[in-house]
Amino acid sequence: MRTALSRLTLHEPRTLASALKLMRSGGPSGPLVPIAGCTDVYVQLQFGALPASAYLDLSRLAPLRKIRMHGDVLVIGALATFADIIGSRLVRRALPMLVAASREIGGPQIQNRGTIGGNVANGSPAGDSLPVLAAAEATVVLANADGERRVPFSGFYTGYRKSVLKPDELIIAIEIPVVEGVQWFRKVGTRAAQAISKVVMAAVRSSHPRIALGSVAPTVVRLPRTEAALASGAGIAEAQGVLREEIQPIDDMRSTAAYRLQVSANLLEAFWEATA
Amino acid sequence: MGVVGLSVPRVDGPAKVGGTTRYVDDLVFPGMLHARTIRTSIPRGRLSGVRLDFDPAGFTIVDWRDIPGRNCTTHLTDDQPCLVQEEIRHAAEPVLLLAHEDRDALWSAQVALTEERHEPMLDVLASTQMHKRILISSGDVERALRASDLVVEGEYRTGAQEHAYIEPNGIIAVPEANGGVTIHGSMQCPYYVHHSLITLLGLPGELVRVVQSENGGGFGGKEDYPSVIAGHAALLALKSGRPVKLVYDRAEDMLATTKRHPSVVRHRTGVTKTGRLVAMAIDVILDGGAYVTLSPVVLSRACLHAQGAYRCPNVRIDGRAAMTNTPPNGAFRGFGAPQTQFAMEVHMDRIAEALGMDPAKLRLQNVLRAGDRTATGQVLADSTAEIVLREAMKRSGWRRKRDAWKGTNRGIGLALFRHGAGFTGSGEVRLASRCTLTTTEQGVRIRVASTEIGQGTCTVLSQIVADALEVPIDQVKFSVPDTADVPDSGPTVASRTVMVVGRILERAARALREQLGALTPAEHFAWHGETSVTKQYEQPPGLAWDDETCRGDAYGTFAWGCDVAEVTYDPVTYAVRATRLTAVQEFGRPINPMLARGQIEGGSAQGVGWALMEEVVMKDGAMANAQFTNYTIPTTRDTPRFDTFMVEHPYPHGAFGAKGVGELPMNGPGPAIVNALRHIGIDLREVPATPERVMEAARGGA
Amino acid sequence: MAARRPKSPEPVTMTVNGQAVTLDRPPMVRLLDVLREDLHLTGTKEGCGEGECGACTVLLDGEPVCSCLVPLAQARGCEVLTIEGVPADHPVKRAFVEEGAAQCGMCTPGMIMAALSLSARPSLDAVRTGLAGNLCRCTGYEAIYRAVLKAAAGHGGAT
Repeated sequence: MRTALSRLTLHEPRTLASALKLMRSGGPSGPLVPIAGCTDVYVQLQFGALPASAYLDLSRLAPLRKIRMHGDVLVIGALATFADIIGSRLVRRALPMLVAASREIGGPQIQNRGTIGGNVANGSPAGDSLPVLAAAEATVVLANADGERRVPFSGFYTGYRKSVLKPDELIIAIEIPVVEGVQWFRKVGTRAAQAISKVVMAAVRSSHPRIALGSVAPTVVRLPRTEAALASGAGIAEAQGVLREEIQPIDDMRSTAAYRLQVSANLLEAFWEATA
Repeated sequence: MGVVGLSVPRVDGPAKVGGTTRYVDDLVFPGMLHARTIRTSIPRGRLSGVRLDFDPAGFTIVDWRDIPGRNCTTHLTDDQPCLVQEEIRHAAEPVLLLAHEDRDALWSAQVALTEERHEPMLDVLASTQMHKRILISSGDVERALRASDLVVEGEYRTGAQEHAYIEPNGIIAVPEANGGVTIHGSMQCPYYVHHSLITLLGLPGELVRVVQSENGGGFGGKEDYPSVIAGHAALLALKSGRPVKLVYDRAEDMLATTKRHPSVVRHRTGVTKTGRLVAMAIDVILDGGAYVTLSPVVLSRACLHAQGAYRCPNVRIDGRAAMTNTPPNGAFRGFGAPQTQFAMEVHMDRIAEALGMDPAKLRLQNVLRAGDRTATGQVLADSTAEIVLREAMKRSGWRRKRDAWKGTNRGIGLALFRHGAGFTGSGEVRLASRCTLTTTEQGVRIRVASTEIGQGTCTVLSQIVADALEVPIDQVKFSVPDTADVPDSGPTVASRTVMVVGRILERAARALREQLGALTPAEHFAWHGETSVTKQYEQPPGLAWDDETCRGDAYGTFAWGCDVAEVTYDPVTYAVRATRLTAVQEFGRPINPMLARGQIEGGSAQGVGWALMEEVVMKDGAMANAQFTNYTIPTTRDTPRFDTFMVEHPYPHGAFGAKGVGELPMNGPGPAIVNALRHIGIDLREVPATPERVMEAARGGA
Repeated sequence: MAARRPKSPEPVTMTVNGQAVTLDRPPMVRLLDVLREDLHLTGTKEGCGEGECGACTVLLDGEPVCSCLVPLAQARGCEVLTIEGVPADHPVKRAFVEEGAAQCGMCTPGMIMAALSLSARPSLDAVRTGLAGNLCRCTGYEAIYRAVLKAAAGHGGAT
C-alpha cells in the first residue's frame, strides 16, 4: 500500500445536507474526495495515485441508493450498486442494457460495492456503464450546498477524466427517460470476467438509432454522424466507414488502435443485425 | 492395504480450508521491522548518486557497502549483484534497502537516484552477449535437407509469462545471537537460499538457517528469486539487529521478479512426400535477461525437447540464451520445454498442411517409439507417444470433429509432447540428494528439503513412506523443511519430487522396515529412542551423459502427453475461447490420482492462459502492465472444460513406478490451441494468441 | 467557509464472526489489515491489493466483498464473516477437503467465502459466474467446481 492510509481523514455525514455542507467547506488542502464503494479509490490509493488526504464517506446516505420511477423517468440513486441494478425489476424493465453492462463489471465482489455514481464520477473512458447512459440520453443530477442542477449526460464530460462536476458538488442521481427502441450492449474485454474494456458499445435501434462507444476516445462518445447515416438509410458498410472516421482510438498496454477501430466497426454490424 | 494409488485427501487440507495455515505474511516476530527495496528506473547505465530525502531516524538503511561477504546472489554463477554498486543492467534492479517499524513511514520515504542512461540492448535477436550456447547434433542435417522432397520453414515465438502465484514473494529474516540469521519464507529450494547467503554474508553454513513457511504457489517463480529477497532481508536484519519482513506487493513482484524466457524458435525441416521426417535444423533463441541466473539450464532443457515427440536421423539443434537489459528471466513450469515444443507442434501442423496430410497421421508416422534414438543419441527405453496420441484422438472425437467443423468458427487441434523427469543428464548425480526418516513417539517423520508448494508433496511423500514402511499413513508426518533439521534432498523443481525424492524415501523406508523388525516405529522409538535412516540418490543403471557434447541419456525417463483443444472463434471480436481440453498424460502411475489430476488441470489452465491471454508488455525494459488488472490470467469464465485421462506405464526407477507430472501438462495447451486456430483457417505462429494478433492473422497479416 | 477537521474518528464497533469488536484505528485503514493485524484473523489474504484476485473476500452483511477495498469506517455496525467464522464441518469446507479443491491454499479462504453466496443448487455456469471474482492459479478451477457442486447437491444449497 503506497498511500499512508492511517494519515487520511474521513468525514462521515449522516445526511445529504450535512454532506453538502462539508463539501462546501472542503478539506485542509483542497476539496474533499467523496467515497462510496471504493472500488476505484482504493486501487488508486494502493498505487499512491491519489494525493488527497481528506475524504468524505457517502455510504451512509441511504436515500441516495434508491431506484425508483418518477412518472416515466427511471431514477437511479448515485449510490445504487451494480448488484442493486442487476436485481432491480425497474431497471430490468426500463433499461435492460444497463443490467447487461452491470453484469460485466468486475465480478460479484466488485458488483456488490461499485456504484453507478462512482462509475460516472471516476470518468474513465473505459467505464462500462457510461456508453449505456450516453445512449439512453440520461441526465446527471448534481447537488451542492446551494441546491440541485441537472446536466445532460452528453455534456457531463469535458475531456479525459474531466467533467463539469464542481469541487463542492456530489452526483446524487441519474435520471433516464423512456428509451424507445431495442437496446443492445456489448463489452469486449481483456478476458471474460474481471476485465477492463478494450471496446464497449451501447446502442438503441429505432428510427433514430443511438450509438455510444467507450475506450475509443478520451471520453465516452456518441456517434452522431454514424447515427445520421443509419437513420437516413445508409447500408451497414457505409455506416462503418463513417464510424471509422468518427472515432480516434489509441494503442495502449491493453490493445491497439487498429483492433479497436476494426472491432468497433464489427460491433456496429453485429448490433444492426441483432436488432433488425 | 496400501495407500499408494489412492486419492488420500491432502494432509494440509483442513488447515487450508480453515484459514489457519500460516504463510510468511501471516507471521509476526517481536520487534519486527518492515522492509522496502529502492530500485533503478532505467534499463542500462550508471548509478552516480543516491540521495535520501527523508529523516533517517528509525530507519535501517543498507547499500552494497554493508555486504559483509561478496556482493552477489549466487545461482549457477555469481554475476548477479545483490545490490547495485555502480553499473545498472536492468530496470527494477535493487539499489537500496530500507527498514522501519511503521509501514506508513517506510513507504513515505523519498529516495532520489541519479542514473546516467546508456543505450540498452532490448532486442534478443540483436544481442551478441550470450549467457550460454548449446549445440546438439546427430547425422548430417544439411545433406539430408538437400535430399528431401520438401523443406518446410517456420519461425515461432512465445512471450514471457508471469507466474502470478496468488501469494507474492516474501521472506522474514531473524538475526540470531550467535551472529547468524534464520530465514523464514515462501520458497521452493531452502538449500539454494542457504548456499547463496553464506557467500553474501560471509558466514559459515551452520550460522545460516533456512526454514520453509507455507507456500502460496511457486511454479518456478520461487526457485531462484527467494535467494535475492532473502539476501536483502538478511542484510537488513543483521544491520538492525531486529527481525525484518520483506514481502512484495503484487506490482513489485510482477515488475522485479523472474518470468518465463521469451523464445524465438526457427525450424527448417526436410520431409519425404509421404510425410517422413528426414532432417530437422532448429535454432532456439531464449531471452535470458540481464544476468545468467538459470538460463543455461533452461536453454538446455529447451534444446533437449526441441525435436518434440519425433524421431529423425538428422537433427541439429543450435541454442543460445542471450542477454538483454531486462530483469533476469528464470524458472517457470516446463523450463524451456513448452517454448520449443510449441514451435515443434505448430510446425508439424504446418508440415501436415503443406503435404495435405492429416496432422494426427503425420505424427503417428514419426513418433518416437521404444528403441528409437533421440538427437542426443539416447535410446528410449520406453515411449507411450503413440498410445497417448491415439487415446486423445479417441476420447476427444478428433476425427469426427475435424471433419464436421471444417469451414466453421469451431476448431480442434492437437499437440503431442513429452517431458524429461528429474534433472538433466548428470544433474541428479551432482545433486546427490539425501533423505532421512526418523522415528518419533507417534511413528516416523520425513526429513527432506523438498517443499509443499500446493502440488501435494507432504501428502504424496507420506503415502510412499507409509506403504514402503508398511504402516498406516497417520503414523507418518512430514517435517517442515528446515536446513537445521533436514538433509538436502535437492530443489523442488524439474518434476523430480515424487519420482526422485520419493524413490530415495521409498528405499529409506524399506531399510527402516528391516531395522524395525516386528516393531512399529513408535514402539521402536519407545524402546530404543530416536532412530534415523538416511539414503542418497542412486542413479539408475546404464545412464550416461556428456555435458560437453550434449550426447547420451538426457533424462532417466520421459513422461508423455497429448492434448486436444477445442476452440470457438468470434469473428466480431477475434477472440478465441477454449471450450474443451482433452488431456491424456502418461507419467508412470499416479501415487495420488486426485492430486495428479489437480496437477494436470492446473498446469493445463496455466497453459491456456499462456496461449490466449497472458502477455507481459515491456516498455523501456520494464513490465508496463505489472498488476492483475492488466496482466490477465484466466478466471472461472475463461477456462475450458478439462477432460483428463491418465495412462499408466510404471517406471521401474521411480517411487512405486511414478514419473514426474508437475510440468508435463504445461507443454500441450499452447500448441493445441494454436493448431485448433489453424483448423479454422487462421495461421498464427506465436503465443499469446490475443485477439489483436488473431485479427492480424485472420485479415492476412494486413 | 473554513475547512473543518472531522470529529476525532469514533472507534469502530462491528461484529466479526459473531463477536462484537471495537477498534480504535484510523477510519481509512483497510478492513483487510484490521482483520489480519488487529484481530489476528490471518485467514483472509492479500493477493493483489486492487480487488482483482478475491483472496481477501469476506462477507460484509452477508455479501462477498474485497476487504482490500473497504475502509474500516464503512464496516461500522456491520457483520463481517471471515473464513475463521465458517464452521469446520460446513459442507463447502468438507467438500473442499474431499475433492482436493485447495492446492497451495492461498485463494481458498476467499474462494470459500464467495462460494457461500451462491444460490441453492447452482448450475455449473452459475458457479463459474459466482466465482468469477476469485483467481486461482493452481487448480484450473475444476476441483473447486466439483467441491462446490458436491456441497450444494448434498445439502440443498451451498450456504
